Amino acid sequence: MRIILHIWRQKHRDAPGKMVRYEVEDVNPHMSFLEMLDVLNERLIERGDEPVVFDHDCREGICGSCGFVINGIPHGPLRGTTVCQLHMRHFKDGDELYLEPWRARAFPVIRDLMVDRSAFDRIIAAGGFISVPTGSAPDGNAIPIPKEVAELAMDAAACIGCGACVAACPNASAMLFTGAKISHLGLLPQGQPEREQRAIAMVAQMQAEGFGACTNVAECEAVCPKNIKIENIARMFRDFITASWTRRPPVERLGGAG
Amino acid sequence: MGTVDLDPKVPPGPLAEKWDHHRFSVKLVNPANRRRFTVIVVGSGLAGASAAATLGELGYRVELVTFHDSPRRAHSIAAQGGINAAKNYRNDGDSIQRLFYDTIKGGDYRSREANVYRLAQVSVEIIDQCVAQGVPFAREYGGLLDNRSFGGAQVSRTFYARGQTGQQLLLGAYQALARQITAGTVRLWNRTEMLDLVVHDGRAVGIIARDLVTGELRRFSGHAVVLATGGYGNVFFLSTNAKASNATAVWRAHRRGALFANPCFTQIHPTCIPASDEFQSKLTLMSESLRNDGRIWVPLKKGDKRPPNEIPEEERDYYLERRYPSYGNLAPRDISSRAAKMVCDEGRGVGETGYGVYLDFSEAIRRLGRRTIEERYGNLFEMYERITGEDPYTQPMRIYPATHYTMGGLWVDYRLMSTIPGLFVAGEANFSDHGANRLGASALMQGLADGYFILPYTVGDYLASTKLDRVRPDHPACREAEESVRRITARLLAIKGRRTVDTFHRELGKIMWEYCGMARNARGLEHALSKIPELRQQFWEDVRVPGENEEVNQSLEKAGRVADFLELAELMCLDALERDESCGGHFREEHQTEDGEAVRDDERFCHVAAWQYQGPDQRPIRHIEPLEFKYVIPTVRSYK
Repeated sequence: MRIILHIWRQKHRDAPGKMVRYEVEDVNPHMSFLEMLDVLNERLIERGDEPVVFDHDCREGICGSCGFVINGIPHGPLRGTTVCQLHMRHFKDGDELYLEPWRARAFPVIRDLMVDRSAFDRIIAAGGFISVPTGSAPDGNAIPIPKEVAELAMDAAACIGCGACVAACPNASAMLFTGAKISHLGLLPQGQPEREQRAIAMVAQMQAEGFGACTNVAECEAVCPKNIKIENIARMFRDFITASWTRRPPVERLGGAG
Repeated sequence: MGTVDLDPKVPPGPLAEKWDHHRFSVKLVNPANRRRFTVIVVGSGLAGASAAATLGELGYRVELVTFHDSPRRAHSIAAQGGINAAKNYRNDGDSIQRLFYDTIKGGDYRSREANVYRLAQVSVEIIDQCVAQGVPFAREYGGLLDNRSFGGAQVSRTFYARGQTGQQLLLGAYQALARQITAGTVRLWNRTEMLDLVVHDGRAVGIIARDLVTGELRRFSGHAVVLATGGYGNVFFLSTNAKASNATAVWRAHRRGALFANPCFTQIHPTCIPASDEFQSKLTLMSESLRNDGRIWVPLKKGDKRPPNEIPEEERDYYLERRYPSYGNLAPRDISSRAAKMVCDEGRGVGETGYGVYLDFSEAIRRLGRRTIEERYGNLFEMYERITGEDPYTQPMRIYPATHYTMGGLWVDYRLMSTIPGLFVAGEANFSDHGANRLGASALMQGLADGYFILPYTVGDYLASTKLDRVRPDHPACREAEESVRRITARLLAIKGRRTVDTFHRELGKIMWEYCGMARNARGLEHALSKIPELRQQFWEDVRVPGENEEVNQSLEKAGRVADFLELAELMCLDALERDESCGGHFREEHQTEDGEAVRDDERFCHVAAWQYQGPDQRPIRHIEPLEFKYVIPTVRSYK
């Protein structure tokens, strides 16, 4: 197969970028998309050019490192699939493909197809956890959790943090990502004590990072490689609204001297 | 080089009381003093993230360095099947003692009893901790935790979260870590790669790391360093490891004096999707848990090219069930891998290349229904179909062994401290508790045991009991290490040769797979030992690394890692040659029974081999730590 690629090349964050055309000959249909780019890069290096920079690691669709836009669709045309698991058998000889990085103010381009997604880490750090210092846990079977609840929590927890949801959203909203974590922890009994505080803190951080709001376009769900549902956004709103309306401001309590 | 102290410092007393004894004997750091100590943790996988989070919770200052864009990307995320713990929730005969025994036996009697027992002890706490963090483990209808079986065990002690157990455990540790980042105890340095260890006065006092975005070198100084940087399976180029997994941090620590233990102990995982062609960039694991319900077979006749569905039952050879009736398809990894190689070498392999065997679910689907199988393995089946374009619900999977895990690593004592005081090594990066073969679902257990429950005690003890003056980043030792990194980078960029880094890596991988893979012999190893230095020389003369240091340069990153693999590979072959016995994943063809089972030599090799670096192109020195078995008597490891 012969594939024509137009790839966004940008030397660094502040440099201007542009689309550059490449032709890749002899593409084997069993190659993954990233293996096809490996081949392109080997050829670029051999002829003295600089290879295309893209994030990738596990190549099993679980680490969340990889991801770029193929012809306008984050992770490409195959549903529920990261670009590392997308194989060339889904394309035709002579296809012309346009590859671009995630585009969002909160995800600045680092180089070529590589973007800075550390905003996601800061959203998690704002409250995407259950405060349980090592050593303080009760027995694992002390609190039974209905199978159905555990499965729902797992559906949300399956998020790999790749950022495709943001890239697909016309508002560059991170609500699917944030909602998935709020759902995962908020569904479980262990997550109840911090449930309201968590929603407020994570939503605030999401806004501070410059992500937009949700207008129910649902593009995020359509491109999510892990099929995370937008019902998670609804759960996030419910927790956020409940928390905003009912939560009292923290009371300053003076500590007693032992 | 001075003399080497390989005292494992195992605490006194009966096996079951050693860890308690040790926890009582450690010196403690007063909570108010902890913030005066800085611990540098390198790596953010299960071991690194859990160690950093827990040390942060205790009040130490932690610098967490990872080359990933986020700590959540570490390769622990890809572990599929599960995590073992001696909870005995099934009431099926499990106990700490049994998990200990299974692990010692599974490791073919090449691990340290005291460490393994401690691992089995803390395994139960790990599950509690993870559940409390919100890890959504699989549950039964009654709401209690579910279990499955894994290779090398006759009890069901494996906890799992669909086929994404590693992901969920890592996210739990990552979230605990994120909480500490907000609390201000942990500082995160992402896209930052450790390139050297700073040693001053014989102690580890810092690291040099490169900012992968700007190319800037950073000097980190602290009171102790924890390496949790994973294994070195990518020395084979094709492995189930993530593309960026590498040995650079441990190798550079080795060059600074940390001994490297049992480098030849590598694990070949029996159930991976077979390689198809030259472009192949990595291999994909299909979880061992599939062997709970899948049956492994090849045609009885050589060269039988009929599609699997047309081969009648009586013309199939379910070779694992035949050879190991009591464990059957759940025979341990090393044994299952070798059995697959054997039938393929006989010409009975399947698929285009002839290097593959069937993993067949048709019987389980008939017995349990497609829905149950979907529930148990749905995401694995989907992944298989995505990669191969074949539907495993209607035709058997094709699988073949691939490099998966490395039991060898930096030598550590009972406290997980290397031969350089102040340098601790955790998770797959140390030579660990798995001896010559690791059992399935035990890597996650070990990573979290080290990080959550062991290092927080032993690092504290080191800090409390040692007089440590903080070495500042402008100290000559830091400057010297930085200079050394700068020289390597400059040298790599200056070669401007003809061949890309990947071509060298692939060539090295082929040598290693051929001569230091599933089966090894003296002649082959000697051949590899002559080939590798040649290849290394060519690399330093002819590699082409485009671009500059002061930018994102993925070729430069790879070049440094491959340069280290080219040295480590030689050590692996040397270790494999010297270990003139078969044990676990190390199979020397000279030492086997008539039906191809491994023959150990406990007289001569019941020890850990720990290698001391002697300089570039110098033969390293082999030291030994004898292994004593007081509680489990080494026998012929039989799964028949």
